[in-house]
Amino acid sequence: MRTIIFAKRCTKEILRDPVNLCFGIGFPLVLLILLSILQKNIPARLFEINTLTPGITIFGLSFMSLFTATLIAKDRESAFLQRMYTTPVGEFDFILGYMLPIIPIAIGQAAFCYVFAIPLGLNFNINTIFAVISIIPMAIFNIALGLLCGSVLTVKQVGGVCGALLTNVTAWLSGVWFDLNLMGDAFEKIANILPFYHAVEMEKAVILGNFLTALSHMIPIILYSIVITIIAVFCFYIQGKKQ
Amino acid sequence: MVEIKTNKLTKLYKDIIAVDNINLEINQGEFFSLLGVNGAGKTTALKMLTCLAKPTNGDAYVGGYSILKRPKKVKQIIGVSPQETAVAMNLSARENLEFICGIYGFDKEKTSIKVDEITRLLDLDMILNRKAQNLSGGYQRRLSIAMALICEPKILFLDEPTLGLDVIARRDLWEMIRSLKGNITIILTTHYLEEAEMLSDRIGIMKGGKLLTVGTVAELKAIADAEDFENAFITISKDGC
Repeated sequence: MRTIIFAKRCTKEILRDPVNLCFGIGFPLVLLILLSILQKNIPARLFEINTLTPGITIFGLSFMSLFTATLIAKDRESAFLQRMYTTPVGEFDFILGYMLPIIPIAIGQAAFCYVFAIPLGLNFNINTIFAVISIIPMAIFNIALGLLCGSVLTVKQVGGVCGALLTNVTAWLSGVWFDLNLMGDAFEKIANILPFYHAVEMEKAVILGNFLTALSHMIPIILYSIVITIIAVFCFYIQGKKQ
Repeated sequence: MVEIKTNKLTKLYKDIIAVDNINLEINQGEFFSLLGVNGAGKTTALKMLTCLAKPTNGDAYVGGYSILKRPKKVKQIIGVSPQETAVAMNLSARENLEFICGIYGFDKEKTSIKVDEITRLLDLDMILNRKAQNLSGGYQRRLSIAMALICEPKILFLDEPTLGLDVIARRDLWEMIRSLKGNITIILTTHYLEEAEMLSDRIGIMKGGKLLTVGTVAELKAIADAEDFENAFITISKDGC
């Protein structure tokens, strides 16, 4: 019960912040429109709507890290979390309370991207719905990364790390903006090790109905999500001790 | 009846002694202030009593429960207003209060009654539906105290509640805090001597982690052989008597 109450409060904090709405929903949609226009004028396979939409959706998920991390870092800095530690709320109520509300927000954001892509030329079928649901492991990865960053960084540092660095890393290493083959073997290998590229490829495969391919890309994402969640929970626990 | 009892309460941060072997008893319904210069150990002592920090040595009993063995029980009977405002900024004042009621497991009816009651007590009607981030510093502090009070605590901890407020907001808040006296046990830490003098039944003066002395304002003035409380505080803090 306390988890739900805390989660509701976190949801309100995130959704009432206009900056979050602008970046979380507005920015990916603007990118989708601009790159679609670009594609019409200078045709590039990478920016075809069936390829672009999964990329933009995964890129948009990087903002979930920013939301989570900013909320936690603010709660730490404003002593709100300290106040909460003097109440009967338990450690796992906090962790779930921070993580759970972002999952529906992430699904909502992905749904927005796909729905918005339909008038831009995306074929809507049952796979589109599967594609929206398939983002959940990657959303958990991003949320856990936010929990981790929010537990160890200040609000200002979160802005730099999650707002600038992570969004760029996601964009570069996922192959959204350019074909990874063009960047050489080393870059491609790094991209293959990390989950961002797999997330985009998984989404592309789901859209096309290639579920086995999608599963092969989903496995490393799930593994990353588990590992990062464990590290994030540990870091959150440690910051709690420091409070 | 003793509400808080500390037994050789000690906190070390690496090789720094933040709180050094404190033995203290605070009675039920008493307004007790902890005074001291920066780094005296007031906030650390408060953090231990509110289960935010574990003592390195010793123990304390809050409402009869050990802070080491029964922290969950302690958390159910205390209300804490931290040094910082510590409110949910994107929630309205009412939502902040309802949120705390939910945390303590109050049902809808009880929540509504408690919100009305605390709104009247702390004069929050005007700002109840305004977002916390749009409130003045004084009202944010009031809301912070209201959040600490709404859970029906037996013991209220106020950590520098008037820090950073202008003189009028501070006076208003003193009046409000004074109105709480007698109903519950209140522990206050403050830098403002006037605040402690005006509100407290007894005052403890800390320095370098040690509790130098405890007494009423009159007793402390007598100990220091001083005419006013400020001189008494300075003498005690310097001489360590």
